[in-house]
Amino acid sequence: MDMTGEARQPMTGGGKLEEVEKHMEREILRMEVESRSSNEEFARVAVAVFMSRLDPTMEEIDDVKTAVSEAVTNAVIHGYQGKDGIIYIQVAIEGQLLSVEIRDLGVGIRDVEKAMEPMYTTDTTGERSGMGFSFMEAFMDEVQVRSTPGQGTCVMMKKRIGR
Amino acid sequence: MKEQEFRYEAKGHALVIHLPKELDHHNCRDLKVETDLLLAENYVKKIVFDFSKTVFMDSSGIGVLLNRYKQMERSGGKVAICGAGPQVQRVLNIGGIGKLVCRYDSMEAAMAE
Repeated sequence: MDMTGEARQPMTGGGKLEEVEKHMEREILRMEVESRSSNEEFARVAVAVFMSRLDPTMEEIDDVKTAVSEAVTNAVIHGYQGKDGIIYIQVAIEGQLLSVEIRDLGVGIRDVEKAMEPMYTTDTTGERSGMGFSFMEAFMDEVQVRSTPGQGTCVMMKKRIGR
Repeated sequence: MKEQEFRYEAKGHALVIHLPKELDHHNCRDLKVETDLLLAENYVKKIVFDFSKTVFMDSSGIGVLLNRYKQMERSGGKVAICGAGPQVQRVLNIGGIGKLVCRYDSMEAAMAE
């Protein structure tokens, strides 16, 4: 497991300029976790801890944790199909905007639109609800999915904290 | 009770499933096999999911509830839930499960019906 935190501090100066630069400050957390179901909890808790510097409400933390859990679970089950692989997680904070990117180098999705339909699932056991993407969309402000069959999938989500 | 384990309890014709602290894909893996076995060996008219220890659930939990609902519907049984906290309530609402399972504040209320 490799974790790097990065914070770019603005140059300190006086007056208005500092205000502007502070606004543009960007902090990034990058993580690589092995594709295992036991890392689903680790991933969502790590993101929750990182976003705590935005002073979010409990509800906002729960929303982001749920969305992260869905995306990481998708990578484990569908992206890597239970096999070995690395899940790349990047979380960025810019002002009050939280951006989360969850990427795998798995099998990819042939038809992203179809995969994002509520209740759509390729699972045959009946245990999967097919609501993963619907949950990400419900709990985040914006969800984008880029996928190439045979190369992998990247889920990009955004949420403004503290409204 | 370990925090991340399911605990099953038979109360009359009801099967009570005490859910773990975190209900996600990882922790749901064994539930299907275990409940299938319990339902095959016992006469169960109602499954009560006890969420009182659960602080987090994602769509994996919805999948579990939906599948148990389908199973119980086939045999004319019911599925009830109790003790759901705020995060679980929101996930249940967004998952649209509200109309399918009866929600109760306490285990006593869930067992009484």
